[in-house]
Amino acid sequence: MTEIREFPPPPATSPPHTPAPSFAGTPPFPAAAKAALADGQLRENLGRATATIREKRARAVGEVADWEQLRLAGAAIKDEVLARLPELLDELERNVTAAGGEVHWARDAAEANAIVARLVKAAGADEVVKVKSMVTQEIELNEALAREGIAAWETDLAELIVQLGHDLPSHILVPAIHRNRSEIREIFRREMAAAGRPAPDDLTDEPRALAEAARLHLREKFLRARVAVSGANFAIAETGTVMVVESEGNGRMCLTLPETLITVMGIEKLLPRWQDLEVFLTLLPRSSTAERMNPYTSMWTGVTPGDGPQSFHLVLLDAGRTDTLSDAVGRQALRCIRCSACLNVCPVYERTGGRAYGSPYPGPIGAIITPQLRGIARHPVDKQTASLPYASSLCGACYDVCPVRIDIPEVLVHLRGKVVEHGGLPNEERVMMGSLGWAFGGPRRMAVAERTAAAGGIVVARKGRIGKLPLPGMLGRWFRWRDLPAPARQSFRSWWRKHGDTGTDG
Amino acid sequence: MRVALFITCFNDLLFPDVGKATVAVLRRLGHEVEFPDAQTCCGQMHFNTGYRAACVPLVRRFAETFAGFDAVVTPSASCAAMVRHHHATVAEESGDGALPDAVAAVAPRVRELSEFLVDDLGVVDVGARFPHAVAFHPTCHSLRLLRVGDRPQRLLSSVEGLRLVDLPGADECCGFGGTFAVKNADTSIAMGDDKVDALVATGADVLTSADTSCLMHLGGLLSRRGSPIRVMHLAEILAAGADA
Repeated sequence: MTEIREFPPPPATSPPHTPAPSFAGTPPFPAAAKAALADGQLRENLGRATATIREKRARAVGEVADWEQLRLAGAAIKDEVLARLPELLDELERNVTAAGGEVHWARDAAEANAIVARLVKAAGADEVVKVKSMVTQEIELNEALAREGIAAWETDLAELIVQLGHDLPSHILVPAIHRNRSEIREIFRREMAAAGRPAPDDLTDEPRALAEAARLHLREKFLRARVAVSGANFAIAETGTVMVVESEGNGRMCLTLPETLITVMGIEKLLPRWQDLEVFLTLLPRSSTAERMNPYTSMWTGVTPGDGPQSFHLVLLDAGRTDTLSDAVGRQALRCIRCSACLNVCPVYERTGGRAYGSPYPGPIGAIITPQLRGIARHPVDKQTASLPYASSLCGACYDVCPVRIDIPEVLVHLRGKVVEHGGLPNEERVMMGSLGWAFGGPRRMAVAERTAAAGGIVVARKGRIGKLPLPGMLGRWFRWRDLPAPARQSFRSWWRKHGDTGTDG
Repeated sequence: MRVALFITCFNDLLFPDVGKATVAVLRRLGHEVEFPDAQTCCGQMHFNTGYRAACVPLVRRFAETFAGFDAVVTPSASCAAMVRHHHATVAEESGDGALPDAVAAVAPRVRELSEFLVDDLGVVDVGARFPHAVAFHPTCHSLRLLRVGDRPQRLLSSVEGLRLVDLPGADECCGFGGTFAVKNADTSIAMGDDKVDALVATGADVLTSADTSCLMHLGGLLSRRGSPIRVMHLAEILAAGADA
């Protein structure tokens, strides 16, 4: 234990002048996006990164002749999981237990965090090494462990960059996508010493040098750690096998070296059968990293005497998932395998980055998962949550690339309906939508509305166009940057009444 | 074949020339169209913004107004997609037992203009003449909901004198997105500006598409920049030279 005291506590809790970064307090999407759009460096980093991975993914997917059939199979298997969830979870628990693991059930984040903290303490440890995991970000496990005096060290390279930078992740797969390599060099030089082995003095921004500095920094943590915490990409109900796919091998270090392994997993991450992996191990890497196969696939079934962790705990987390399951349209979001293909093709994400979404789940999938986990379908939600389903132009690029065919635009529009149902939109908009609804009630009302608009247009238009208009609210947000053609003096319907038979203005 | 024109509320008020051009193209090809006066709006804006209940009377009105036609032609990919993809959803949710059948009888007959010309009439050369460099913006709903593919480009390529220029990143959203344009105005503008930058670099004289909504957004940005690039709906280009 003396060895551990050589290293200060993790950056999440120290130094004291930098409070733990949190998504809490993120303003509603339009305001958060506006701030992000003003960051030219961010726009440049993201634009380059997403363009590169989009192209690579298209190539990797293009190689698979039966890709569309695989997507259908992926969706069907996940739908089977959702339809049979209780029995499959029981089957998983039986098989994990039979293989020497222990299964814990957590209704929410607080329960899951408490279980993990208790297990770490029971193992006699005050630090854990972590495999990259979305679910532990969702429940803010690192912060909860810090409050219990337990240091959580991120070992995925990008997560390490985020943690050392006192930063928030901005992408599911590449959480430091908003950073370029010279920024990473600065973070390593500035922060590594406070967290363990310092970066070399002559560190350059060459990828090889940056990776080597991270390797040396992490190596001592791998060799020292007694407890590891991971998430799970999949768990096989029929065998009790849990698995993680990754690119770096740092996850493999965490999964094999420590004595105790604690895996936190959302209850939807199941697959019924071992054979189902043939579908998902094709869909996931090609969609995610644009690789034919991910470099490291680690699987474990309970514990194996003399090989790897001798104590294995599986924490099964609900935290809004059964609520999501009860919504017939929204439940398809639970098919998600966290590949992030939808982020990379999203024109909104590409420009705003992930942090504007106020959740570890950004982009199109985040815009439908976060609000559902927070209960949007069941009760009114805060303004930030209510803004997420509107953080999309509904262009549909996300649905086209989703390996499990989640119709994200359909769910977005469905959730917008929930926001309106719970009265979550401004009065100005409700009045406008109400007025338009009235006008669309019949041709006479349309004619009245058209004459009114035309008369208004005559007042403000110059040469057939309406330019800058200092209007408040939604209309003002049109005219600040965009002109508008003046409403026609004669609508189509009034023209038709006079000239429809001949089709000429004469 | 009885053909109805669904002008869409948007074109009715702001772009009546698009309706006139649609009628002109169809007449040139020998097809008379009817304009049922009871038509108003497909409900897309209300549906996509979450005002589901307000859509029900609009969906009912649409199904009643256009019942009995062999085809309903509209110069809007986005409104055609609303009817074909979402009217059934609204009808199911409405609790009106007769509405789903009424929608099922009409919705599949709705055609975006390029679909009607290429698929139903089997025409790619509509006899137009338009001697300009034209960039085509394939709108998201025409690409990813209607799956019109290259039908508009085939129509444009057959127009005499027209030079179709390549628009880089064409299949990426322009940022209009209905109420997205005002609810997330900053992001909408960022997307639109990138699209306009790509367009300006093509050297095109005219930008065209199957939706005036996207063109209103991009045209509004071009106009504010003082750009000489004009925006025209596909129908207006296909109608060009019609009376010559």
